[in-house]
Amino acid sequence: MTQTLLKIDSLTKAYPGVVANSEVSFEIGEGEVHALLGENGAGKSTLVKMIYGLVKPDSGTMTLRGAPYAPPEPRAARGDGIAMVFQHFSLFDALNVAENIALGMENPPPMRDLAKRITQVSEAYGLPLDPSRIVGDLSAGERQRVEIIRCLLQDPKLLIMDEPTSVLTPQEVDILFQTLQKLSAEGTAILYISHKLEEIRTLCDRATILRLGKVVGACIPRDSTAREMAEMMVGGTLQIPTRERAELGEVALEIANLSAKSPSEFGTSLKDVSIRVRAGEVLGVGGVAGNGQDELLGVLSGEILSSPGAVRLKGKPVGKLGPTARRKLGLLTAPEERLGHAAAPDMSLTENALLTGSVREGLVSNGFLSWSKTRTFAEAIIKAFDVRTPGTENAARSLSGGNLQKFVIGREVLQRPEVLVVNQPTWGVDAAAAASIRQALLDLAQKGAAIICISQDLDELMEISDNFAALTEGRLSPPRSTQGLTVDQIGMMLGGAHGMEVAHDDAEKVLA
Amino acid sequence: MIKLEKRRQPSQAWSYATPVLAVLATMFFGGLLFAFLGESPFAAIKTIFWDPLFSEFSFYYRPQLMVKAAPLVLIAVGLSLGFKAGIWNIGAEGQYILGAICGAAVGLALYPLDAWYVFPLMVIAGALGGMLWALIPALLKVRFGTNEILVSLMLVYVAEQLLASMALGPLRNPEGYGFPGSRNLDEYPSATSWILEDAGIHWGTVAALLAVVFAFVLLTRHMTGFHIRLTGDAPRAARFAGVNPGRLTVFSLGLSGLFAGLAGLFEVAGPAGQITIDFNSGYGFTAIIVAFLGRLNPIGILLAGFLLALTYIGGEIAQNQLGLPAAAIQVFQGMLLFFLLAFDLLTNYRIRLTLRETA
Repeated sequence: MTQTLLKIDSLTKAYPGVVANSEVSFEIGEGEVHALLGENGAGKSTLVKMIYGLVKPDSGTMTLRGAPYAPPEPRAARGDGIAMVFQHFSLFDALNVAENIALGMENPPPMRDLAKRITQVSEAYGLPLDPSRIVGDLSAGERQRVEIIRCLLQDPKLLIMDEPTSVLTPQEVDILFQTLQKLSAEGTAILYISHKLEEIRTLCDRATILRLGKVVGACIPRDSTAREMAEMMVGGTLQIPTRERAELGEVALEIANLSAKSPSEFGTSLKDVSIRVRAGEVLGVGGVAGNGQDELLGVLSGEILSSPGAVRLKGKPVGKLGPTARRKLGLLTAPEERLGHAAAPDMSLTENALLTGSVREGLVSNGFLSWSKTRTFAEAIIKAFDVRTPGTENAARSLSGGNLQKFVIGREVLQRPEVLVVNQPTWGVDAAAAASIRQALLDLAQKGAAIICISQDLDELMEISDNFAALTEGRLSPPRSTQGLTVDQIGMMLGGAHGMEVAHDDAEKVLA
Repeated sequence: MIKLEKRRQPSQAWSYATPVLAVLATMFFGGLLFAFLGESPFAAIKTIFWDPLFSEFSFYYRPQLMVKAAPLVLIAVGLSLGFKAGIWNIGAEGQYILGAICGAAVGLALYPLDAWYVFPLMVIAGALGGMLWALIPALLKVRFGTNEILVSLMLVYVAEQLLASMALGPLRNPEGYGFPGSRNLDEYPSATSWILEDAGIHWGTVAALLAVVFAFVLLTRHMTGFHIRLTGDAPRAARFAGVNPGRLTVFSLGLSGLFAGLAGLFEVAGPAGQITIDFNSGYGFTAIIVAFLGRLNPIGILLAGFLLALTYIGGEIAQNQLGLPAAAIQVFQGMLLFFLLAFDLLTNYRIRLTLRETA
């Protein structure tokens, strides 16, 4: 074991009503890649925020290379050589790479020198990046590189990474891992937070596992199985979604050669997208964020209108219909962004149940609302999907991300959809909840609903989908059966290599 | 160090407490202001808040209070529906003027016809006038994406010019010896909006109360009200829920214009009596304060309307009896909104006092 870089000793942090971290202790060695594992709400974020100086611990101490370490703010943490790459990037779309990096620095050097250093660092670590490109045009993987290079320019001793691979293609993950291994070999310690256990097994030297704010175990990931780690995280046995493959029915939803302009400036327009999903089928749509996922969902939900025949629900043209009319016909959707899109943050769960449930659940008559029926519906969602909340009158934003996600998916599933489209159904959701959401989707397919699952989580798509299609720069590849599909092939599909010769046979079989 | 921390949930208690705190803070700092002007702060505050209601001459002030509160409440209720959805009609003053002009024009055209339907026709004309004036910014916004704040505000000045030309031209009293201003509708029984003039009650008072009930039911029991609140909280979620933003813009601007137009009509057919160059007295702008003071809640607006009317009447008394300048009274009213918005922060944030750490 190498020398200890950061020693964390019984850190405790309580928020009103919840203890986020209780007596957490562990050590990170110099140059070590240390995994922090835990379900949502286990206290991982609070812990790294304390290390990064964003949150002050109630009690407990930290020691950095033998010296007491208590950063009052992130600037001090950065000064001591701690850097962090957040899960959600803090970049300005309209500025270029170098400008974005300069904004995060205390004393930015002149732009020309900075650009030169960015190029140097990016080449040294195998992270190709042009300092003069506008961030709005970059892919998620490239944006992450901007954040990483911003950190590397500070020459950090400890680099904290919060779920870094959730937005990357398999090939990009490989590049990132090579970079991280190089950094580690040079003596930079890395604190790596992730849900993806296989990744942790390939990358990390040690792992600390948190549950409900407490350290519940530690392991050497290489010597443990993913299942063992998952069970330590949830503190019980893990249910893996199961399903029997049933015969597929009639075509439930069809999109034919649809092109749609994105409503937002930095969005991706859809180009000539065609989809056919049959009753009982789960179609997985993979791809890196920002390649048209939001637009695809919008086209299906009715937020983006198209020509009537471009979208057909059981043969009926619905392209010109708005969200309410489509819901009435049985086409339901759950967008990715929970707060502000799928749910209204300041409204209660009852009101949020009304948001999409009004038509199919008969919560409205002659324009007048039935609050008692709506409350019953909200209670049903909370019960069926194990949403942890004090009650239906709590504001949506008071729920944790995972709980709100369960509510949002549950709200649609309980409305007995004919076709359900979900975007990132388990984003930021803990393993147990993710498994139950996936199971709910599969059960729904079993009962004859057609499901389109848009996700960046390839493992998830491989687990639940019958067929897989890749969305790149607004184009959708022809679907291929997930049986026998390898990670390499998916990577090729995501890379935008459409019309590959090998793809034809399978695709035709699927569509026949 | 003072730190603001976002609450997990908006605090119910604070949302009720902030208006009260705002009033108290206004009294305190307003008192300071009056003290600097050389008046006893206690006397000034008492004159403004107490005298109109309970002094020896309150029999005279109370009806005035009713007269002032009615249009404020009526207009503010309409505005609040748009404000809740994030649609900012700043031009209620213009819609108020147009309502008065259109309503009075119908009455004056029918003069001296004595029939039951004269006043209802005027009401319809006033409502339509205000509504159509408000639909100009609505349609421009929906069609061309113009900013409704600017357009509705600019139309106030157009409306004022129109008012002047009407008072001097087509609507001028033919028996008025060439003086500007229309015939006095007070002397035309079929066209008057008074119900109990001695108590300060006219049809506008009734309309204001109905508007409060209407808005309350709309917001708490009706899908349209739900969509309005949803749009204000999360516009993207509203689209997802199936709200058509254009239709909502037209609805809320049209409705607030309609209410403002009605207020103008009831005013011209009652307390004001006639169309004059300076007929409008800023109700349309003050109603914006009333709407926010009342937390965009219909019941709150009812209370806020009376409070603001009180500061108006009390302010006038203070001007007359204590010789306070009119500007001081306006500053006093401005403070009220300022403090309300400032304290509003506490509904969504809590203040944390932290000792500065040694770095």
